[in-house]
Amino acid sequence: MNPLELQQYLDFAYIVAVVLFILSLKLLSSPATSRWGVLAGEIGAALAVIVTLFNPELVQYKWIIITLIIGAGVGVPLGLVQMTAVPQRTALSHAFGALSAAIIGVAEYYVGTAPVTRFEMGEIALEVIIGSLTFTGSLIAAGKLQEILPQRPIVYTGQNIVSLSVLAGALGLAVALVVNPAQTMLFPIMVVVALIFGVLLVTPIGGADMPTVISLLNSYAGFSAALLGFVLNSKVLVVAGALDGSSGFILSVIMCKAMNRSFTNVMFGAFGQVQASAGGAKEERVVRSATPEDAAAILEAASRVVIVPGYGMAVAQAQHKVRELYDVLTKKGVDVRFAIHPVARRMPGHMNVLLAEADIPYEKLIEMDEINGDFPQTDVALIIGANDVTNPAARTDKSSPIFGMPILDVDKAHTVMVIKRSMNPGFAGIDNPLYYLDNTLMLFGDAKQFVTSIVKELSGGH
Amino acid sequence: MPADFISNLYVFILAGFVGFELIKRVSPLLHTPLMSLTNALDAIVVVAAIIITGRHETKLTVVLGAIAVAASFSNMVGGFLITDRMLRMFKSGRSKQQ
Repeated sequence: MNPLELQQYLDFAYIVAVVLFILSLKLLSSPATSRWGVLAGEIGAALAVIVTLFNPELVQYKWIIITLIIGAGVGVPLGLVQMTAVPQRTALSHAFGALSAAIIGVAEYYVGTAPVTRFEMGEIALEVIIGSLTFTGSLIAAGKLQEILPQRPIVYTGQNIVSLSVLAGALGLAVALVVNPAQTMLFPIMVVVALIFGVLLVTPIGGADMPTVISLLNSYAGFSAALLGFVLNSKVLVVAGALDGSSGFILSVIMCKAMNRSFTNVMFGAFGQVQASAGGAKEERVVRSATPEDAAAILEAASRVVIVPGYGMAVAQAQHKVRELYDVLTKKGVDVRFAIHPVARRMPGHMNVLLAEADIPYEKLIEMDEINGDFPQTDVALIIGANDVTNPAARTDKSSPIFGMPILDVDKAHTVMVIKRSMNPGFAGIDNPLYYLDNTLMLFGDAKQFVTSIVKELSGGH
Repeated sequence: MPADFISNLYVFILAGFVGFELIKRVSPLLHTPLMSLTNALDAIVVVAAIIITGRHETKLTVVLGAIAVAASFSNMVGGFLITDRMLRMFKSGRSKQQ
């Protein structure tokens, strides 16, 4: 077989891989077929990797084999992390993806077989800038999610001006390189400036905005891979990058809508600093609290219960106890469902994963838009560690920082019970008027312990 | 504008639309596995990394290529693994009773 003919077979194999990738996403549309989707993706990826090893351009295999082994050695533990750690793992994988895309762009620039044209220079520069800023930005996001770095937004005056000037600097260097590709010493400076911009981009963003940021970084990582496909003239990269990029983009839009924020507001708004002052002087308002015994009695008497799980439930690792509560109530003939807000955890859909891990059937996990109409017919809404997503001020109080954010209408349920450690405001530092309503009972305590006591009461008592 | 660029742009735009239509249909239930799966698919940049490394042109490109192979292949392996682990947990109430 001559090399040209071989190249055509390789290209054909890549087309098969691309078809399998598209199929993979299609199969993901329902939980019933989703695992086949993973299999399709795996076959496609394996095929692409294996045929690449037959590429006639390859002359030396030593480092390929060694690094594939290292990659697998790093990948397996990253694939086995706990489900609660999935957001930081995902951020880290955006970082790895962007790093590879950026670094290949850099290597391509330094291959130097032929002098690059202005057009190619523009492609490479853009690709390397996006890849580099996504790399450092994702590392910062992973650090925040892993709580190595502070979750609170880190802000200073003139921040946006500084950040935007750094971005302008990177783009300016790219333009200078396009004008004169021979100024090779500008290239590494451009890379460093782009890396700095990634840090500046994510540092001011607070923990509550992580679902949006992680989606946005996902789309950047995808688009940098697609751009790399343009640079290398590799259609399989263009397709995979476009799929990943559009996925991240759609998720970002969904997350922004779920928080009633715009992209610019997320990127430059630095949520969570204004409210700190507003929280100071508040008149004393009455809250009613209840014991696990009271809560158990109310739940037992109910016929329809909706549980609203939030960040606090996951932090307390209470999901397995919540499953026991679900089991014991279901056995007593109570209809129990779960209301999932799109930003219930630190990345899109994470709450569903945690509840699925606790063996709760997925038909019982209901999205916000679907369940909101049912709250007036709900006997008990039990809120476990969720705060801002249940705050009725988002509907009524124009001065509230979360005004306009779509929320779960739990206040319309006959009885609202809130398990909460204390009256401290949540993530965004916003007071929640829900807690002072006449139909609200506060259950003070650790989520896991409180749910355990309720379960004990329900199953043992009689 | 090079001809390659135009044909790549065609592919990019069409793939973007396909992606948009497919991903819109993914249930919000599965948004986390969706992100880890697209991450694993995106790790296909490993093929470019393999070529850069194996062409063995300069020391610098081999080093850069090698880092890229390790980073992207770990994404590929880890991404598929965790996606499958997550999806395995999603059970319907009916299948649980069987």
